[in-house]
Amino acid sequence: MKKYSLNILLVVFAIGLLFAAHFRIIDSYIQIVAMTIGINIMMSTSLNLVNGNMGEFTCGHAAFMCIGAYISSVLSVFCFGTKFGDPLLPAASVVIVFPLILLIGGAVAAVSSLLVSIPSFKTRDDYLAIISIAVNYMIISALENMNFVGGSRGFQGMKDTVWAMVDVFDGPWMLFWVINFTIFTVWVIRRFISSTYGKGVNAICQDEVAAEIMSVNTNKIKIINFMVAAGLAGCAGGLYAHIIGYVNPQSFNILKSTEALVMVYLGGMGSLSGAIISAIIFTGLLEVLRSQAIIDGLLSPVTWMFPDWEPSAGVIKWVMIPLLLVIVMQFRPEGIMGNRELGDVFPKLKKFYRFK
Amino acid sequence: MDFIIQNILNALQWGSFYALIALGYTLVYGVLRLINFAHGDIFMVGAYISFFVAGFLIGPLAGLSPLMAFLITVPLTMFLTSLVGVTLERIAYRPLRRKGAHRLYVVITALMCGLILEYSNLAVLGASRLKFPELIEKQIWNIGGITLTNLKVMVIVAAILVFLFLQWVVTRTRVGMAMRAISYDKFAIPLMGIPVDQIIVVTFVLGSGFAGLAGLLFAMSYPVLEPFMGMLIGWKAFIAAVVGGIGDIKGAFVGGFLLGFIEVGVVSVFPSTYRDLFAFTILLLILWMKPTGLFGMPQSTKI
Repeated sequence: MKKYSLNILLVVFAIGLLFAAHFRIIDSYIQIVAMTIGINIMMSTSLNLVNGNMGEFTCGHAAFMCIGAYISSVLSVFCFGTKFGDPLLPAASVVIVFPLILLIGGAVAAVSSLLVSIPSFKTRDDYLAIISIAVNYMIISALENMNFVGGSRGFQGMKDTVWAMVDVFDGPWMLFWVINFTIFTVWVIRRFISSTYGKGVNAICQDEVAAEIMSVNTNKIKIINFMVAAGLAGCAGGLYAHIIGYVNPQSFNILKSTEALVMVYLGGMGSLSGAIISAIIFTGLLEVLRSQAIIDGLLSPVTWMFPDWEPSAGVIKWVMIPLLLVIVMQFRPEGIMGNRELGDVFPKLKKFYRFK
Repeated sequence: MDFIIQNILNALQWGSFYALIALGYTLVYGVLRLINFAHGDIFMVGAYISFFVAGFLIGPLAGLSPLMAFLITVPLTMFLTSLVGVTLERIAYRPLRRKGAHRLYVVITALMCGLILEYSNLAVLGASRLKFPELIEKQIWNIGGITLTNLKVMVIVAAILVFLFLQWVVTRTRVGMAMRAISYDKFAIPLMGIPVDQIIVVTFVLGSGFAGLAGLLFAMSYPVLEPFMGMLIGWKAFIAAVVGGIGDIKGAFVGGFLLGFIEVGVVSVFPSTYRDLFAFTILLLILWMKPTGLFGMPQSTKI
């Protein structure tokens, strides 16, 4: 029982969510929020693999999301859309081909991570941070100059694929894929970290020179680690593109990377459950503070004193969230979980589940 | 030939801004090993402060002549901007440093402080762009087909003077010696009777003050202010500082001008949308060849 408790819980939760979405118990706004949480979990856990477990400091994670999003969108428009001419594949095959498209996007993103991982052989922290920022800018700038994917106007047409899936069976398909891929991501990362490679990653985090002396092939481990992280981020990007139905190079700029960074460091470096929890908290905060009524209520003493000032929620949100994070950092400088997993913080929980 | 010299002058002006901001990054980094990501936004705050100070001085309350106002605006802007930088250090970075938090958490805090500065500016002053008043009458000199403005010359001279001043401070004075000592060994320095916190405050005063100067000069050259003007230029100046070799005054200066030359060079040959692509590719190649930047020393790793 202990062995399967977490799996059963997850399956029950996923089926419950899908049924609720199918029978319109939760409206499409809640669905979008749930999908955003899933994508943010994918982003934060995959960045945690590089920044937390390996101890590097890369701030260009959105670049890989961008590559995944564009590759999978172009592929899905080629296969099922009408923008580049007739669809290549019959619409009925969409259910099988769509996850493959996402995985291909992830694979290309993984290959592109060589741009960061090869320089990382020779250099660490701050210089690597710059290389990753530069890669982020380069990829955005390159996409803005490619006219066949729309340049800076953005690219659309992915909704054809989603509608093709709805034609096969009328249900909340995107929610289904997001849940599947989120669980897949967490599972892959957990298996990777507890494998021999994962031990190598942790050894590099502790001391790179000592790890090399202890016969860890640091270059190989680095390439593999960057590839796994970038590949999962690419899958997240593909899902994001198909949920929104529109991608623009500027939506993957340095602010998106900053969001991923914040989620990792809020959760605690190297803690998988911390990354998941902080992704949920962060996305929840972003959504809650979007409401103008809540912001007006919070700022009512100030607006009473200055009646001319009309704060807008979209702006105040971005003052409050960083302020909250700065305050959290002052009281818990190691993040919410701080390098420990959920089972280490609450030892009694270990009786009920086993997570591999 | 005229075309080339004209572009070299433009590149020198554009590089001066990068160099002035990069010097602030490199000073703080050299002492604290902290990437002060809020520095680009301190530059933005400096531009806004200079706008309000100059507006007040030539307004009806003070009623000074524009030149007089300019002479007072420069030191006042630098002073007020350095207060902003020191406040950030005092309330956000120092408590974390005292608690012995991991270095990267301080970096994240700096990133968050930058966001707070940007968006609180947007919330308080609104999204409308402000126009900077003209303090110095623009003079255009035409030498053999090359146009020069007095502002352009002033920016370049200011960048060189600031570089020479900082180089003198770091290498020739007692404060500079203490700064180099802190970056060399953080744990032995308090034992030598050097007040670490005061030296760090001095570092922030210098870095933020010159960011304020850069903001003033930028606002005078391109007289439109907006809350996000510091973001992109700040990131780019940071990259310039790293390419020069972060922690080294000379490196930041050279890196800033290098980035200016690359950007202006690319724009004068290719369409301007290719600017970022080429600039960052060249910088990536430089870092690939020399992983510690042009002037940086490799950090010795101990086991």
